[in-house]
Amino acid sequence: MLSSRRLILAHFWLAFAVFGLAILLGAWQMWVRSPFSGWISNPEWYYRSVTEHGTVMGYVFPTLVAMGFGYAISEAALKRPLIGASWAWIGFGLVLIGAVMATVPVALGRASVLYTFYPPLIGSAYYYLGVVLVVVGSWIWVALMSINLWAWKRDHPGEPVPLAMFANVAGSLLWGWTAVGAALELILQILPVALGLRSTIDAGLARVFFSWTLHAIVYFWLMPSYIAFYTIFPRAIGGKLFSDTMARISFVLFLVVAMPIGAHHLFADPEVGSGFKFLHSVFTAAVSVPTLLTVFTICASAEIAGRLRGGRGAFGWIAALPWQNPLMLAVAFSFVMLGFGGAGGLINMSYQLNSSIHNTQWVTGHFHLIFAGAIVIMYFVIAYDLWPHLTGRAFADFGLMRVQLWLWFVGMIVVTFPWHYVGILGMPRRMAYYDYADPQLASEGLPVALSALGGLVLVASAALFLFILASNQRGSRTAPDEYRFSVAVHPPTSVPVALNGFALWLALMVGLTIINYGPPIVQLWAFDGVAVPAVYVGVER
Amino acid sequence: MSEESVFSRKDPWFTASVGLTAAIAVVAAIVGFVWLPYAQPGLRPSSLWDAICGAAGVPRARSNAAPVSADFVTSKAIVTSGMFDHPSASSIGHGATLALQCAACHGADGAGKADAPGLAGQYTGALYKELKDFKDGARSSSVMAPLAAVLSDSDMRDLAAYYAYLPRMNEAEVGTKRAAPHIVRYGSPLHNIPACGSCHDGLMAGAPWLKGQPSVYLEAQLAAFANGGRHNDIDEQMRNVARRMTAAEIDEAAHYYGTQK
Repeated sequence: MLSSRRLILAHFWLAFAVFGLAILLGAWQMWVRSPFSGWISNPEWYYRSVTEHGTVMGYVFPTLVAMGFGYAISEAALKRPLIGASWAWIGFGLVLIGAVMATVPVALGRASVLYTFYPPLIGSAYYYLGVVLVVVGSWIWVALMSINLWAWKRDHPGEPVPLAMFANVAGSLLWGWTAVGAALELILQILPVALGLRSTIDAGLARVFFSWTLHAIVYFWLMPSYIAFYTIFPRAIGGKLFSDTMARISFVLFLVVAMPIGAHHLFADPEVGSGFKFLHSVFTAAVSVPTLLTVFTICASAEIAGRLRGGRGAFGWIAALPWQNPLMLAVAFSFVMLGFGGAGGLINMSYQLNSSIHNTQWVTGHFHLIFAGAIVIMYFVIAYDLWPHLTGRAFADFGLMRVQLWLWFVGMIVVTFPWHYVGILGMPRRMAYYDYADPQLASEGLPVALSALGGLVLVASAALFLFILASNQRGSRTAPDEYRFSVAVHPPTSVPVALNGFALWLALMVGLTIINYGPPIVQLWAFDGVAVPAVYVGVER
Repeated sequence: MSEESVFSRKDPWFTASVGLTAAIAVVAAIVGFVWLPYAQPGLRPSSLWDAICGAAGVPRARSNAAPVSADFVTSKAIVTSGMFDHPSASSIGHGATLALQCAACHGADGAGKADAPGLAGQYTGALYKELKDFKDGARSSSVMAPLAAVLSDSDMRDLAAYYAYLPRMNEAEVGTKRAAPHIVRYGSPLHNIPACGSCHDGLMAGAPWLKGQPSVYLEAQLAAFANGGRHNDIDEQMRNVARRMTAAEIDEAAHYYGTQK
């Protein structure tokens, strides 16, 4: 039984509530930029909306999911109440206050800087302080996860750490170190200007700091989904995890190579040397290794389940899988989207290929396919899987869930595939207005229109998701059994010291960060005369 | 809790992971910092160190080639917001005396006429900048150049202060207000033209107030910017805008501002 149910539910409900609001903004943005709508006349409205959509979907929503899921894992995997539950509530409060504090100036048009900040654009200091509070709140979670693991290990010397908790702490540590880049940017570069202490900003250095966060944050978003792949999915479909060791290796590899690769977001930035761009490109390619390991291990686990269910032959086991199970469906959809998104990602990280799609709608399509598609669809089923254990009420039927997941999958494909296509045609991203009457843009009209319709499908799916969760809380009470994670084919009896803790991998993570980010940061820091005047957004004229 | 032992050469996980990570980093560094700089056509590093520094993004010595200079006089006027705030009464009074020689074209009340812009209520910075550009030759006019040539810097400041001090024409005198056309309100995003008001509504020091200016004068200036005949705008801002405006947009903008005060 989970003892911190209210804490976990609070995280999930806040996450899904802000998600429900932000998706409306996303759909509105797609609509007004499509041929269905005339120009909104004031581009500021558009950027205001993009800023809020990105801030919620990038910082608040996934962070709350990771935190809530992390607390649930800590209790369920370690089989003991959470240590520091009151601290966890403080963390939740900080995220809530931070989210409100960031949203108000955005809604007032005082911080339309987009969630990636884009210095030298400078918005209201309250916006940045709100984001800082969200991050500080999540750092409490980071600390609590390590404290809970440490206390468990102290009481269970020599025993293998349960895989779910091992992966959970890996995710929290990754986030702890990843967020440092944006924190440095905010504290050293942006906040002094936003608070009026300085009027110039070194935009190049600020962008390098942000790239430190910008790519690894995606792997932080990804972690709950990967944890679900390894520790929920095999159990839910009635199978076993193919390899516990492979899972641990994947998670520690994410820790090491997900971090020092952000410069592939700066391929078009002249202030970073081409040598470092190449170095980051190589390590970005290395991130495909843990993902490919995961795809292999999870497919093997599914095959075990299929054969246990009587599937025969080379492909017969696929038909024997429990396709009516929402988790089965979601993982299959997630893998399809991860496959296409990952293939697109390989193009993004290649120095030369990147130049053909840099700053186009292709990039928007890519990260929506990976994050909003492959990752968020797993957030949905994590909630479906945990919900009865949190509310003490069972779901009546799975039909609506399947409809919801199908809508999300189809909607996301319809949204993102045309975006990739128009990106190749050269359609720039972050624009408030496109004149499709112009002969050069006319060919982009139809795919953009399709894509906007996909956005409406996603809104319908999100509404259905919230309805399913809400109606469960009015369902009949049951006494749920203990929350269980997948069991490996060969459950670990002893694990190598390296795979039972994080010391080695943290050392490698920090070491690689110093190698890949140290010289560019030191060089830009020491280079005088590159600061530019801040461009204040939404100031009273 | 025996994690200390992991940092030991006896631990195969330690040696393998550190060795592999270091090997990838070293090979990638050699390719990125040495091989690729030499392999790139057109980029000839003078030495191995030069190749590494270039790839690391260390700025190289600046080019010795002579900078490209314009074949016409560029504006030397420096105008910042606030530099003309709070002129003294004597400055305005001296400006009023000097303004007697302007009245023939610009009117006794500074209202202007078809081919001469209105000056009453114009921004001080814009008035000063144009006078200085006429004097320096950055803006050419056979009428204005000899008049401006004899003015000292403080004369120009005083004149600017005087005309900025005069009230703008009453709205009722120049006809009814109409809705601003698209080009004025929003610009033309697809052609990279910002809304006129984003600079001309007093947001950019040195950019003039346009409402109520004679349409014929505005059209002539836009045409001059477009064909390069007028080039005292900083960084070609107005030349770039005017070149991209269609004839219809120029007409709309000029007539809109021509009926405004």
